[in-house]
Amino acid sequence: MEPPVQAAPPPSAQPRRFGRYASGALFLAPALFVLAVWIVYPAIYTIVRSFFGQQGYIGTWVGIDNYKRLFTTHTLLIAIRNNAIWVAVVPALVTAFGLIFAVLTERVRWSVAFKTVVFLPMAISAFATGVTWRIMYQQDPSLGAINALGRSIHDAFSPPGVLSSATPSTANVAPDHGGLVLKTPLHPGGVALIGLTGIPPTDLPSGAKQAVTPPPKGGDIVGTVWRDFKPGGGVPGKVEQGELGIPGVTVQLQQNGRTVQSTKTNAAGAFDFSGLKPGTYQAGVGASTFAQAWGGYAWLGPSLIIPSLLIAYIWIWAGFAMVVIAAGLSAMPRDVLEAARTDGASEWQVFRRVTVPLLWPVISVVFVTMIINVLKVFDIVLALAPESVQADANVIALAMWRTAFSGVNDFGTGSAIAVFLFLLVIPVLALNIKRFKAEAS
Amino acid sequence: MAATATAPVVIPRPHDGTAARVLRFVARAPVHVVLVVLGLLWLVPTFGLFITSILPQSELASHGWWVIFSKPSVATWSNYNAMFHNSGLTTALKTTAEIAVGNTLIVIVIGALAGYAFAWLDFPGRDWLFIGVIGLLVVPLQMALIPMFKLYDTFGLFDTALGIILFHAAFGLPFAIFLLRNFFAGLPKDILESARIDGASEVRIFLRLILPLGLPAIASLGIFQFLWTWNDLIVALTFGQTVQPITVWIFGQLREFGTSIDVIAPASFISLVIPLAVFFAFQRYFVQGLLAGSVK
Repeated sequence: MEPPVQAAPPPSAQPRRFGRYASGALFLAPALFVLAVWIVYPAIYTIVRSFFGQQGYIGTWVGIDNYKRLFTTHTLLIAIRNNAIWVAVVPALVTAFGLIFAVLTERVRWSVAFKTVVFLPMAISAFATGVTWRIMYQQDPSLGAINALGRSIHDAFSPPGVLSSATPSTANVAPDHGGLVLKTPLHPGGVALIGLTGIPPTDLPSGAKQAVTPPPKGGDIVGTVWRDFKPGGGVPGKVEQGELGIPGVTVQLQQNGRTVQSTKTNAAGAFDFSGLKPGTYQAGVGASTFAQAWGGYAWLGPSLIIPSLLIAYIWIWAGFAMVVIAAGLSAMPRDVLEAARTDGASEWQVFRRVTVPLLWPVISVVFVTMIINVLKVFDIVLALAPESVQADANVIALAMWRTAFSGVNDFGTGSAIAVFLFLLVIPVLALNIKRFKAEAS
Repeated sequence: MAATATAPVVIPRPHDGTAARVLRFVARAPVHVVLVVLGLLWLVPTFGLFITSILPQSELASHGWWVIFSKPSVATWSNYNAMFHNSGLTTALKTTAEIAVGNTLIVIVIGALAGYAFAWLDFPGRDWLFIGVIGLLVVPLQMALIPMFKLYDTFGLFDTALGIILFHAAFGLPFAIFLLRNFFAGLPKDILESARIDGASEVRIFLRLILPLGLPAIASLGIFQFLWTWNDLIVALTFGQTVQPITVWIFGQLREFGTSIDVIAPASFISLVIPLAVFFAFQRYFVQGLLAGSVK
C-alpha cells in the first residue's frame, strides 16, 4: 500500500527545471554506469557469444550449434532434467511448509522463538548449508545422524544378528540358507557342538561365559554354540578352557528339512531341545543370527542425491516462506475469520475457504520467488554432492559454470547455457514489470 | 479495504479460570508438540555442525557428533585453535570481510543516490528507466560471468577484491534501487517541498533529509548486501584465484571431506557465525527488507 508514484511538483522557473534534470542525471550516473558495464553490456555480449565457437573470447560464427549441443549432450540434459525436478518439487513444498508454519505459529505465544529457529538457515550461506547437511547425510549409521536414526528404527523391527561376521570352525558345520547347519545327524540324547570363528572379541555379546560341553540328556538334544578360538589357537571342534560361549544365538532343530524347534543359547552358549520324539534331527544356527547390521541409505550416492539436496534446500527456504506468509496473515482482516467461525465453519473450512484465498497474492509471490531461486540454484550442489556424484546432481547454473570455467573453457556452450537460464526466468521478469505497473497506476 | 466492519463480533468466552486455561492449553497441546518437534528438527543440522566442529578427528573417524552426549569430555577447542593459527583461513576471513563491507557500502551509496532520483527528481523517461532497472532484477549473474571474465582480464581486475566487490555491487543494485526508491517515495512529501522552497540544493536534501529518514530501509539493504556477499561462492570462485573468501577456501578442502572434517566443520561454523550474529542483531530490518522485496 505505498503511495502512488508522485512526480515532483511542477517547477516554477526554467533554470530550476534545468538544474533538476541535471541533478537527476548526476544522482543516477553511478548506478547507470555500474549497471551498464556489469549487467547490460555483458548480457548482450553473452547472447551474441552464444552463437560463436566454443573456444576463445569470440571464435567463429556457428549459428545455433551451441544450443543444439545443450540439448544433445547427456550431462547437460541431466542438468536440465534435475532443474525440472527442482522446479516441480521445491516451490510447492516450500510454500506449503511456509503456510503451515505461519498458520500454526499464530496459535502459540512463543511463535517468535519458533520463527527465529526456522528462519535462521536463511542467514547461512547455501554453501555452509551444504557442508552442514553433508555431515547429517553420511552413510555409515555411526557417523551420519539421519542414518543413525534410520538404524534405530530399522533395529526395532529387524535387529541385527549377534554375529555378523562368524564362520564355522570345522568343516562339519556348513552354510545353509544364510545360516549354518551341523552335518552330523542327531538323535534324542545327542550332543551338538557348533563351533564358530572369525568373531572379533568386541563383537561377542556382553555377558558371555566360559563354554562347556553339556552332558547328554535322555530325550533331549543339547549342545553349545561357542567361539571356537583362543589365543594360541586351540583344537577346532573342541570346547576348551578360555573359549567363551555365545549367548543369544538362535538355534534351530530341523527334521527332514523342516524346523521343528527353535531356541536361544544361554550365557555359556548352551541350548537344550526337549520333548523330542525318536528320529533323526539336524541342528543349526538360524540366518537371523548372521544378519548384517543395517548399512544405511546412501543419501550422497547417485540415486538419492537429488532428494537429499531438495531436503536441505527446503530446510533453508521454509523460513522465508513462513515469514512472508505470516506477514500477510497478520495483515488479514480478523473479522472475516471470526465471522466464518461464528457461522459455524470448522477450522479446516476457515483455512481452505477463507485464509488461503485471502492469502493467495502473498502465496503466489512466495511461489514465484522460489521458482527463480530454484532455477539459479548453484552453491548447495557444489557443497553437498561429493565429487563422484556431481554429474548426477548437476543443475543448469552449475553446468554453465563447469562448462565455462572448469577444465576446458568452453565459452560458446557456456554462453548458450546462460542464455537458456535467462530465457527461463524471463516470464518472471514480465510478471514483475506487470506488478510494478499495476502498482504505479 | 474491509471497511465494512460491522460491530465487532463478541465471542462468548469462558471465564478465565484456571480450569478454562488448562482446558484451552490441552486443546492446543498438539500444536505445541508439533511445533516443538519441527523446531528441534530445524535446529539439529546447525547444532550438529557446531558439535562436529569441537570434536577431535580421532572421535569423528568412528563416531557421529552425538557421541558428545555419552562422552562430553572429548569436546575440545583445539580445532578452533588450529583454525586461528591457519594463515589460509585467517586471510580468507579478512578477504571475506573486505568484500562484504566494501560491497555493502558501495551499494548503499550508489543505490541511495539512484533511489532518490527515481523517487523525487523529475526528468524525462524516469519511469521507463526504473522499469528497466526492475527488469535487471532477474538477470541471472551467469549472464555476466564470461564477458566480465574477459573484461577483468583486460583491465587487471581479475583476482582482485575490487573486481569481486564491483561484480556483487552491480547485481545487488537493482534490488537496492527498487527497495530504496519505494521507501523514499513513501516519505512525507511536505518536508521535501518546504526544503526545496527554502532553497536547499538536491545534494543537501539528499544528505540532510533523505538519508536520515531512509535509515530503516538503508539498514535492511545493508544487511541484505552484507549477507549476500559474505555467503557468496560463485562470484569469488570465478573472479578470484589467490583472493579467496572463506567459502572458496572451504571449497578447496571439500575433496577430502572425511579426513579434513576437523578443518571443514570449524571453518564452516566460523563462516556462518558472523552472518548469524548480524541476523540476530538486525533481525527486524532483515525481515522488513525481505517483505519489501517480495510482497510489495
